Amino acid sequence: MNEDLKCIHCGNSCGKTPILFEGNPFCCTGCSSVFQILNVNQLKQYYQIEPMAGIRIEDDKRPANETYAFLELEKFKTKILSFSEGGISKVSFFIPEIHCASCIWLLENLHSLNAGVIQSFVNFPKKEINITFRENEIQLRQLVELLVSIHYIPEISQHSIEKPQTGHLDKKLFLKIGVAAFSFMNAMIYHFPQYLPGHELLEDDIRRMFGWLSVLLAIPVLTFSASDYFLTAWKSLKKGIISIDLPIALGLITLFTQSLAEILSGKGIGYIDSLTGLVFFMLIGRWYQGKTYQALSFERDYKTYFPLAVTKISASGNETIPLEDLQSGDRILVRNQEIVPADSILIIGVASIDYSFVTGESKPVLKHPGDFVFAGGRQIGAAIELTIEKEVQQSYLTQLWNQSENPYTASNKLNTVVNRVSQYFTVIVVLIAIGSGIFWLLNKPEVALFAFTSVLIIACPCALALTVPFTFGSAIRQFGRKGFYLKNTAVIEHLYKVDTVVFDKTGTITNTNSSAIRFVGPQLSGEQLLMIKSLAFQSSHPLSKAICESIEGNVLNEVIGFQEIPSLGISGMVKGIRINMGSRYFVTGETGTEENLKSEVWVFFQDSVIGHFQLENEYRPGLHELIGRFGKKYQLHLLTGDNEAEKSNLIRYFGNEKYLHFNQSPTDKLNYIRKLQKDGRKVLMIGDGLNDAGALNESNVGIVIADNVFNFSPACDAILQSKQFGKLHRFIDFTHQSMKIVKAGFLISFLYNLIGLSFAVQGNLTPIIAAILMPISSVSVVVFASFSVNLAAKGFRF
Amino acid sequence: MSVVFVLVLVAIVMAFAFLMAFIWAVKNGQYEDTYTPSVRILFEDPPVKEAESRSDQSQLAEPEKRKPETGEGESRSVQSH
Repeated sequence: MNEDLKCIHCGNSCGKTPILFEGNPFCCTGCSSVFQILNVNQLKQYYQIEPMAGIRIEDDKRPANETYAFLELEKFKTKILSFSEGGISKVSFFIPEIHCASCIWLLENLHSLNAGVIQSFVNFPKKEINITFRENEIQLRQLVELLVSIHYIPEISQHSIEKPQTGHLDKKLFLKIGVAAFSFMNAMIYHFPQYLPGHELLEDDIRRMFGWLSVLLAIPVLTFSASDYFLTAWKSLKKGIISIDLPIALGLITLFTQSLAEILSGKGIGYIDSLTGLVFFMLIGRWYQGKTYQALSFERDYKTYFPLAVTKISASGNETIPLEDLQSGDRILVRNQEIVPADSILIIGVASIDYSFVTGESKPVLKHPGDFVFAGGRQIGAAIELTIEKEVQQSYLTQLWNQSENPYTASNKLNTVVNRVSQYFTVIVVLIAIGSGIFWLLNKPEVALFAFTSVLIIACPCALALTVPFTFGSAIRQFGRKGFYLKNTAVIEHLYKVDTVVFDKTGTITNTNSSAIRFVGPQLSGEQLLMIKSLAFQSSHPLSKAICESIEGNVLNEVIGFQEIPSLGISGMVKGIRINMGSRYFVTGETGTEENLKSEVWVFFQDSVIGHFQLENEYRPGLHELIGRFGKKYQLHLLTGDNEAEKSNLIRYFGNEKYLHFNQSPTDKLNYIRKLQKDGRKVLMIGDGLNDAGALNESNVGIVIADNVFNFSPACDAILQSKQFGKLHRFIDFTHQSMKIVKAGFLISFLYNLIGLSFAVQGNLTPIIAAILMPISSVSVVVFASFSVNLAAKGFRF
Repeated sequence: MSVVFVLVLVAIVMAFAFLMAFIWAVKNGQYEDTYTPSVRILFEDPPVKEAESRSDQSQLAEPEKRKPETGEGESRSVQSH
């Protein structure tokens, strides 16, 4: 058969035995069932908009039937629904899988799948769907299950219920920009005649009208558009900090009062055009800087992926209860793909727990009845029953969030380069203003006040304030294009200052998905290997898949009597020879050394146990170069929850063992970072799982490595796509480059300030000089910053 | 010169009208998603009947307006299976 047959739903290879439906090949039953749903409802256009755009969900990742039972509880319904009245409800879901035009088309045609859906709207950048539906025709639970049936699994968690309204802030900024732009454009029209030769012939009435209209225009700009600058200037002044907003606020106020004075005295019509222009440019800078990745979340904690409800087993039967009502001693049921919500003890069933969110280790951990199970793992396989030992808030993992409320962000993060510069800047400007005021007071008193205000006006550090937003804003966009997503522009500066790098091991410097596999035992013949591959091919267990991929050859044998015993192993007859593969216990009967670091798959061949496959995590490609580069500049540390088995390998990478720490609990990691910071070090933490969350939060910069950036990642400052891992040092080098550009930008704006000041101290600052100098300085700084960042990025080859 | 007064007033009223339109658009949420509408506008209106109607015929087919509010369109397509 054609090996390269692609599934028409998801585009994956169909393997040897494609599932056929109406002559179309599919890789799995999941894909073909989605196709059938769409086919029946005449939604096949889905496959025409973007070919093979479908989402594949492997059988073992499919949520169990009862998973969404909690959506029938009134308590959750009211929380999840954004609106509900008269039988019509609205709800919005975050669906990380939304990725193409076909997705938009299908999700907006949900009404074709179920008549109860009135309208569905997709917000692509946010990966969000807003659905309006009739509750008497389709229940919330059925709606969610409908989405799941076409493989768009919505993310429903504690976090999505308490979502903050970030859109509101954006709207306000847009309004501010709009008002400022309106006033700026109109004020320019009124001021322009003044700058032309012969303007003194302008009638007094018209001049007066222009003046007063300008004042009218300036009022909303000052009170609404620029309100933030006054507020933050005042707030930081109260704390004894001179921020960049202080000279801006001073400049704006003097501009306005000076203009008002000139208009009142009939001398001229003032500087309102410069004033409104300044505010407009600065707001544009704020908008440019504030670019966010809407579908990425940097604020997630355990709540994001813990379930909202759990199934409690009581004498009267199963009952769905909210997570917060869970108490120690309760007995709960955890089905396939569900999360263990609290530290508990396994009672019934064999658990195969996937802790990849927690530790970064993707291979499931086997647990037997009586074993202790930590919260945060995902059960893979049949349903299990557990007894809760500790409540959710007291569990090992969740404690992390209770004890650290990130003490450093508030104070430390404010200390940005621009504010440090502006401290000196403000003091110097005020001194110059007073100095020139005094000078003129002694020589020509009528000019004194004017010279004083002129200095404050022209020194208004608009260009200075624009340098950082546009440099870092451009840099953040360059990073985003290359798979490095920053929470905000301040992160660039913190990255620049880093002098210590702390790595997590599993999932961070090791590759989650690929592992090095070797067989421990006698050399196997090619035929034996192929027979093992044939058997492993039948199973979708991650270990089987890994083994399957590691063995070369395509001609697979037929397997008779294939059996998969969940959490234990697989068994079958190949060419008349029995093969069993699986855990040591399953194959050999010995319990032996569990808790082994390396995953082992034992093999029983024909009549005896012939040995085992050993899977070791592979280090990410590029690690060696990365550590080599980092080692020259930074102090490198490694914190891992694993034991010392890998020590010798790690020493090869890190050079010495002084900073390698093993058996670290999440709290140990956090305390380690704190200790480093106490020693005055600026720490960059690179991690991936929930067990690093405390450390990531505590460090000056926390970077999370993620295979899929839209999937869950713990709260952090930046998310790095795992395939870009080896280039991390380039990104950090680029922050140094950006800092140089910022400094050059500062220089340019100081230069303009010098020119302006030379006019101002002489008492010669006319409105026309202000009107020319201020916009030009802003524009040239903006152009310089964006242009040079983009130019630098071109030469950088991330 | 008094015509200047009138012109200036007309100008500011017009500019103000545009400002209002902008404010309305922001409040209406038109700046919240600047990507999806660009994709949405390229979709053909009704769900395509058959796979082969990808050809030009689909454009000639009787225009069946999608009216989600009335619920007619979707109930028809659901009943049809």
